[in-house]
Parts: sequence; structure tokens; C-alpha cells
Amino acid sequence: MQASLSLSVASHASPAALARSNHSSASFAPVNLRFCGLRREAFGFSDLKQSESRRVCPSSARRWKAAVSALASDNGSAPKSFDYDLLIIGAGVGGHGAALHAVEKGLKTAIVEGDVVGGTCVNRGCVPSKALLAVSGRMREFQTEHHLKALGLQVSAAGYDRQGVADHANNLATKIRNNLTNSMKALGVDILTGVGTILGPHKVKVGSSNVVTAKDVIIATGSVPFVPKGIEVDGKTVITSDHALKLEFVPDWIAIIGSGYIGLEFSDVYTALGSEVTFVEALDQLMPGFDPEIGKLAQRVLINPRKIDYHTGVFASKITPAKDGKPVTIELIDAKTKEPKETLEVDAALIATGRAPFTQGLGLENINVATQRGFIPVDERMRVIDANGKLVPHIYCIGDANGKMMLAHAASAQGISVVEQVTGRDHVLNHLSIPAACFTHPEISMVGLTEPQAREKADKEGFEISVAKTSFKANTKALAENEGEGLAKLIYRPDNGEILGVHIFGLHAADLIHEASNAIALGTRIQDIKFAVHAHPTLSEVLDELFKSAKVKAQVSSPVSEPVAV
Amino acid sequence: MAHLLNTPFVPSAQTLRRSPNLPPGARISGRRGRASVQAKIREIFMPALSSTMTEGKIVSWVKSEGDKLSKGESVVVVESDKADMDVETFYDGYLAAIMVEEGGVASVGSAIALLAESEAEIAEAKAKANSSSSSSSSPPPPPNTAAPEPQVVNVASVAVAKPPPAAAVASTHQASDGGKRIVASPYAKKLAKELKVDLGRILGSGPLGRIVAKDVEEAAAAAVESNVAAGSGPAASSPSPGIQLGTVVPFTTMQGAVSKNMVESLSVPTFRVGYTITTDALDALYKKVKSKGVTMTALLAKATALALAKHPVVNSSCRDGNSFTYNSSINIAVAVALDGGLITPVLPDADKVDIYSLSRKWKELVDKARAKQLQPHEYNTGVGSVVNHLDLVPQDALGPRFDSHQVLSIPWVHARGPNALDLPDLCGGGALQFAWILWISRGKVSVTTHEVFAYILRIEQRTIEDRGLKLVGTFTLSNLGMFGVDRFDAILPPGTGAIMAVGASQPSVVATKDGRIGMQNQMQVNVTADHRVIYGADLASFLQTLASIIEDPKDLTL
Repeated sequence: MQASLSLSVASHASPAALARSNHSSASFAPVNLRFCGLRREAFGFSDLKQSESRRVCPSSARRWKAAVSALASDNGSAPKSFDYDLLIIGAGVGGHGAALHAVEKGLKTAIVEGDVVGGTCVNRGCVPSKALLAVSGRMREFQTEHHLKALGLQVSAAGYDRQGVADHANNLATKIRNNLTNSMKALGVDILTGVGTILGPHKVKVGSSNVVTAKDVIIATGSVPFVPKGIEVDGKTVITSDHALKLEFVPDWIAIIGSGYIGLEFSDVYTALGSEVTFVEALDQLMPGFDPEIGKLAQRVLINPRKIDYHTGVFASKITPAKDGKPVTIELIDAKTKEPKETLEVDAALIATGRAPFTQGLGLENINVATQRGFIPVDERMRVIDANGKLVPHIYCIGDANGKMMLAHAASAQGISVVEQVTGRDHVLNHLSIPAACFTHPEISMVGLTEPQAREKADKEGFEISVAKTSFKANTKALAENEGEGLAKLIYRPDNGEILGVHIFGLHAADLIHEASNAIALGTRIQDIKFAVHAHPTLSEVLDELFKSAKVKAQVSSPVSEPVAV
Repeated sequence: MAHLLNTPFVPSAQTLRRSPNLPPGARISGRRGRASVQAKIREIFMPALSSTMTEGKIVSWVKSEGDKLSKGESVVVVESDKADMDVETFYDGYLAAIMVEEGGVASVGSAIALLAESEAEIAEAKAKANSSSSSSSSPPPPPNTAAPEPQVVNVASVAVAKPPPAAAVASTHQASDGGKRIVASPYAKKLAKELKVDLGRILGSGPLGRIVAKDVEEAAAAAVESNVAAGSGPAASSPSPGIQLGTVVPFTTMQGAVSKNMVESLSVPTFRVGYTITTDALDALYKKVKSKGVTMTALLAKATALALAKHPVVNSSCRDGNSFTYNSSINIAVAVALDGGLITPVLPDADKVDIYSLSRKWKELVDKARAKQLQPHEYNTGVGSVVNHLDLVPQDALGPRFDSHQVLSIPWVHARGPNALDLPDLCGGGALQFAWILWISRGKVSVTTHEVFAYILRIEQRTIEDRGLKLVGTFTLSNLGMFGVDRFDAILPPGTGAIMAVGASQPSVVATKDGRIGMQNQMQVNVTADHRVIYGADLASFLQTLASIIEDPKDLTL
């Protein structure tokens, strides 16, 4: 209890942190409490199964016990007054994650899907794009002669069959969609087909007439590609990621509007398949949103040596699809002065300017909710906020629709967080512990703050930050693969060893980031994690070296648990 | 991306003296310390930050004109093909004139700014900046367009901003507004920049008349052809087909260097000793090991090196006329003819390296030389001992980590001023190795030892060339046997003790001691040596040893 007192003195101790510290004080030596207090946001959803019994607040323990008696597969029992405990609108990755966790927690759960199960990620996003990127990665390997030669390999001219590649992407999406559907069916989640419209508290209309009731409702309707004004999408020559993933044709020259991760991934695919690419970026730098240093390095590897050119600081004010023998025309205006700059004529244009929340027909007006720039406003617990700034009871919104962090796994994590709350355990998701990845070749991944963000925060809050870096060139495994290009960067507090951000550019960066994101989620400090052992030779040693190269003043916070003799 | 690697630049030897008794531009003969009385204006060069870097972009000037600089301070951030790096100064002084503005591109080694020692000299430096840009063609003109080459300007903007000359019809692209706009694919633009082709002169063959990569390649090829046809091509790189008789052709850099060296050689008293060597055994050996990639050049280099090991005086060199150096290692330079020039790639430690590795190394050097990609340390190694250390350390190894102040505190790093020629005297190999490992580790980034070396030696080379003292290996081989030349003599490259001219090995009728007449393959070699240090008997016994090695060559493959 001593610990919780000290925490409440710290201004930002959230209830969840308190809950956590309660449990900590009960189960661990007080020395661990330091961790919780120093973190700005409360715990991520780590290792829920294991922690349930320990983390639930004493007040909710009884309720939880009742829930746990229900077998995971029987989808709970209907509450007295409602059809379901939990109704999720939207069966994307966020809704799916929430549904699975809800069943595990003993809630009777239904999921409403107006289109196809799997949502954007599975059908029109992360999943099929990974299939295309798998192809582009191999094509790239086969095409780089000096690289193959250095390995002693000989490959005669590599070619590809467009339809075959497209089928691979489509088959993968189908397979994952079926997996998702089956996993929910197996758990007994009711899948209700039709557009879900909220009629009022606890009441949702599915399709044209079916009205169901639920104690709690999660909105997880996701997003659609954002198409700026003046751009005419015809689905053939002017396309969005939705169309591009079908890979109906591979243009000689494609302009990609937007150089964020969607645009970058597609540039990787298209250039590997032989297209030339022109980026149009409204900001002054390519790859906005990435840590600038990583972005710059990535540009040296992913853009400059490839058949790519770019226009920065310009908007595509008007894009006309190809017709009557005329090419796609793109009118560029200066992003600041709005003066016309140039007209591009290309074979195709891919609009990758981001994604817009999808809330059409959701009946938000029935609960007096006004969207902000299209997004549904929520608090840090994903509780929907109405037009008067008040919380709407029992209605939550997760994923792209709330715009907090437009990533599939973030949506899923938010969904799980909501389920935790409705089953009686307060929970706030630490978004800074959610990793993100861009699956170019090589990959880019990140978690936490970028260096400028960290510096800003450090200035504001008056602490020091340091940056450590390691290169893939020093990593045996990377060199064995002849893929020494890459950098890992750690932004941390030298005073206490807190990890503020990790950014990786290099071979399998997307898989490597989790050591860092888990450390952030669990509050592990550098002085502790640097003693963790990594198998040799593996790429994970890049992070090992990264942690070891950090200079932290604080001492190891807890001795390694009981030595085990072998 | 700054701070990745803090690489210091070293201002060159081109220092101006203010002293009225000396002509401007006179070389400073003393060591730096002694010369400090005179005011200097130093040039700040675009450093070579990686082995593949040919030009660098100025990301930002950390200091502005008129700022006072102190040793070790960052002055400019340079973007290379690999990374952005802070470049520091080794000298106190004032940043007098910035010659390449931010965003500008300059080729490696060209001046990007001037550093004045005192405030009073700023004006002088500025004047120098202006005059140097007008008097010589290579240093960049002032403000924006900085680099000597047209690569400064982004091709895309050229394409848009500059209408093509009326003479050439632009692309027939229907949207090209009668040539005002050029539509070229991204790769075509990149290629055009690389091949220095004006997009405005190209007729596009792509969809809707767009210029595609193929068009640029064809245009580049056509340009070469037409140059040849008109005879106006730069004689420098492709002389054979396009030589126009009666024209005056200025020396290329390489030809200039060769010329300097040859004139320089006249100051050395040389003499020649010839020898005829029977090569039957060597030829037989060659046949045997040829399939393993062993070349005749490598065999000869190896044999020579083994003989040199027994006669260290032949491997010595005299630089000042008062003393001479027994070189610590045997580095065989082998002359290679290039289009429009001659260079001498160096086989380091030829006496120790086995014949197979030597052959591989040789092949690699020749391939690179032909592609004109030789790194300075590979073709120019006046600092022979440096080369050895390159081989001692794994090429991609990262050194231990040190902070930059530790590096700056190493005397050697400071000592590497314009008088870098003194390297072998200044420190032993160990210190050198230590120093550059530190250098690598300064930015804690993965710069290969190779790259650091290239950088050090590029500076080295500049210095050496500036002094007209381009040096070569410790012993040079020149072989014209492949042309059927049976004997010739070679000019001794300055800074070395001896050079051996090797003629063709050909069947000769010989009388043997037992009174018979037989047929033997024989080759004539002719050694030119510096008689200040190497005497006739030295060469004679060296040649005897060499002959015995070649005539009984089993040791060569050990």
C-alpha cells in the first residue's frame, strides 16, 4: 500500500496503474513498483491469461469468478434483459480480437458484419499486401545480380505471371478470412450479417429489420481509403489500395500519391514487378511519420537506387483517369502557395493518401454523437463521447473508426482493453507500446516515440534523452544473408533507462521490434533487458547490441530471479 | 541523420603564403609547426566519406561565413551515398568563404569553402574564392551551382525549367506543349542524369511519346558515336577510334600525373643491369597451375618478391638524398596500361602472400583498374606499410567504440595535415592501425575499414600529387612480353629503388656447358635502379637469385 501512495503522488497515476500496483505489492517485492509509477500510461494487455487472477481489482473478483466458470466455447449465457452481453459492429481484426477475448471472459457475444468477415486488413489491406510483398521480395532477390553473385548463386532471368501473383494474394486473403470466421464460429460467436445501425442505448438494428439488444456495444467499423477532392477514382487507372491489391495490371509507370507506409509498400511491389514509380508527397519530405533518420536512410535504400522519382511539397489537385487514348493526368499544385506547378502524365495513379473512418449508416445521430473529421470521439478507455462531451454509456469504439492508431493490431488491442473493462477490470491501453511496421525490403519498424517527439517531450518535462544506434552491418546473421544494410535506433532516458522509442530499418525489422515493444509494454528498463540473452547468430542480436550500447546511469533494478544450476 | 559519423576533413596542401618573397602558391617546405608564422588560407574539401562516394551534397552549413572555428568543431553536414556526416575542422580559423551552398553538390576532393587563419584574411580568401572559380575550370563557381559537374542540378527541374535548344526537336509527346514540357519516366530521368544526356534532345518512344530508359541509353550511345565521327570527343577516355590528327589535347589527370613522375625521375641517377633467365621450368609450372587461376604476372611478382626478400637493399628507397629506407614490406607494383594512361596496381606483401591469393588479388586489381575503380591505396601506395594493415584487419569489422574526443586526442590524427606524406616516419604501423580503428568507431557507425582507408589515402594521394611526388610500390614490374618485346628498359618511378622490365619469353638456341646445342625458353629482364643506394653488385646478385628462383620455381607455389 505504501506503493500506491507514492503512485498517487505522481500526478499521472491512472486507476489501472493503481490496480496493477495493488497486485504488485501483493505479489512482488516493493522494488518493482517503481516501474509502474514511472510509466505514463497504464499497462498494456500483456499476458492476460496469466495475469487475470492477479490483476483484477478485489471488487470485481467475484464477478470474474462467475465468468470463469463458463467454458470458453459456450459463449456465456444470455443476460436477463439483453440478447447479448456484447455486440460488436464490424468483423475486422479489431472486432475479431474483441470477440475472442469476450468469449474467453464468458460474455455472450455477437458480431455484426455488413460486408465480409476480416474487414480491411484481411481482405483489402495487410494480408493480401503481404502476399504481394512476398513476391516482390523474391523478385528483388532474383534481380539483383551482384547480390546473388556474392552468394555464389546463379539465377537465370526471373519472370513472373501477373495472374499467378494476384491469385496468391487473393488465396491468402480467402484462407485468412476462413480462419477468422471459423475461429469465431468454433467459439460460438454469433455472426449476424447485415449493416449494423445503432438505434439507441443497447439497441442495434442489423440489416433492414432485425433488432438485437446487448448490454455493451463496440463499434469497430474501420475505415476506407481516403480519396482527396478532385481525384476521380475509376478503379482501373486511378486506383486505391483496394484495387491495387487485386493487381489487375502492372503499369509501366505509376504515380503513387502519398509516401506513407501504404505508398511505400506498393512502391516496393510495383518496382519489383518492373514498374517505374513517381511519388507525390504533400509534405516536404518523403516518408513523413517515420523517424527522420530512419526515413532518410530508408530513402537511400528504398527510393534512390530504384526506378522511383518524387515530387515533394505538392498536392495532386486533380487526377483524371486515362481514357480515349489519353494517359492519366495529374495536376500538381504547390502545397503551400496552391499555385499550379506541373502536370504529370502516367499510366496509372495509386491514391495512398491515408484512410478515412467508415461510419456511414451507423446511426450515430441516435446516440447524439458527432464525428470529428469523420472519427468517432472516444476517451482513453475507448468509451464514445457524445456531442456534449459526455460519455455515452455502454458504447465503445475501437480501431480505425476512432482514429487513435490506425493499425489492425491496435484495434484488436483496443478491443481486448474494452472487454477487460466491461468484465470489471479497468484497463487503459498504452499506445506507445504498440509497434508498427512497413513491409518493404528491407522492412521498417517502430515503437514508441520518434526522436523529435522524444526531444519535444523531454524539453517539456525536463528530462534528458539519449540515442543509441547499431548497424546491421555488424550482425553476423545479416551478413550471412548478405543484407547488412540497416540501422536500429534506441531513444531512451539515460537517467532511469526507460525506453522511449525504438526504430529499426533492416532485414526482418518487423519481427525484431517486438522485443522492444514488449519491453515498453511491460516497463522493462534497459539496464535490465541488456542482460537478457540472445541466441547467436541471430538478427535479434542487433537489438541486444542496441540495448547494450545504451549508457544508463541507473543500476539494475531487480536482481535476476533465483539462479538455476544446470 | 547527422552525427552518424564525425569525419574530420583535412585541408589540403594548397596553402597560400603571404610572404612577399615567395610567389603565391609556393609550397611550404617546413613542417606545419614551423610554417605557422605565415598566414594561411586553407581550402576545405569535400571529403570522401565512403569508398563509393564520388560526390557529396551539402546538407547544411553548421557555421556561416565569418564564423570563428576552433579545431574539432563541426563545420558542415555532408550527405554521401551512405549517410549524413558531420565534418569537422582540424584548424582554428575563420570560415571565410562558402563555395558550395546548402543543397549544392560537389565532387569528392573539390573545394567547398575557404578557411582563413585570421579575420584579416577573410577578404583575401573571398577574393581567392572568386578568382579560383574564374581562373581554373574545375573549382566550382560561387553561389548555387557549386560542383564542377552539371550534376548539381536536379534533372527533373532542368527538364521542366529549361526548354531544349531550338535545334533539337523535343519529345513528340502530345502534351509536351511543343517541347516546353518533357515527359520522361522516372528511370529515364535517372539514367539521363547518370549518362549526362539532355532529355530535351531525345525523341521519346514510350507510350504517347514518353521518353523511356531505352531512349536515353540509345541517345547516350549515339552521342558517343557522333563524337567519334566528328572527332571532337574528349580524347581522354576513348582515344583509339576518335583521334583527330593535328589537335592539341590537354593532359588528363592521369596523364598529368605520369608526366610529373617522369620528369621527377630525371633527378635520380639510375643505371641498368640486364640478365637472361631460362623459363622452361617456369613455363611448365605455369601450365600446371594456370587452371587454378594463377597468372604469369603473379608468378613473376612472387618470384621477384622472394628474391627481394634476400636482397633488402634492392627493395629500399631513397627520398631525400641523405638517407634511405629499408622498406618493411615488399609491395610489388605492376604497371598496367589503361586507355589514356598507365597505373600501377600494387600487390602488397607479395613475398608472404601465397601465389593463389596473389593471383586472385591481381585479377581483382586489373578488373578494377580497367573499370577505373581502383581505390587510391590500391594503385598508389607511397605509404607501403599502410597497405599491409588494410589486409590485417577484416574488411567489414567494426572497431571498438570510442568517443570522438578520444580520437581527436590521438597525435596521429592531428598530424595528418597537409604534410601527410610523413606518415611512415610519424608512426609505426601499430599506431596507424589503432588510429584508424578509432576513426571508424568515432561515429559508431558501420563504416568499413576499407572506406576509412580510402578516405585517408585519398587525402594522402592529393598531397602526394600536389607535390608532384606520386609514389608507387616498393618495387615495380613492367612486362611488355605479351607484345613480343624482347627487351626494353624502364624509367625508375620516383620514391622507389628499382624497377624491372620484363621481356617476352621465347625459344632460343643455346650452347650448354657440356658442349651441346639445345633449345630453351629464355626471357630477358632489365632492372633500372637508383645508384644512390643500390649498386651494381647488389643488382647482379639480386638477379642471380631471381634467376635461380625462376629456373627452379618449386618455391613459388609453396
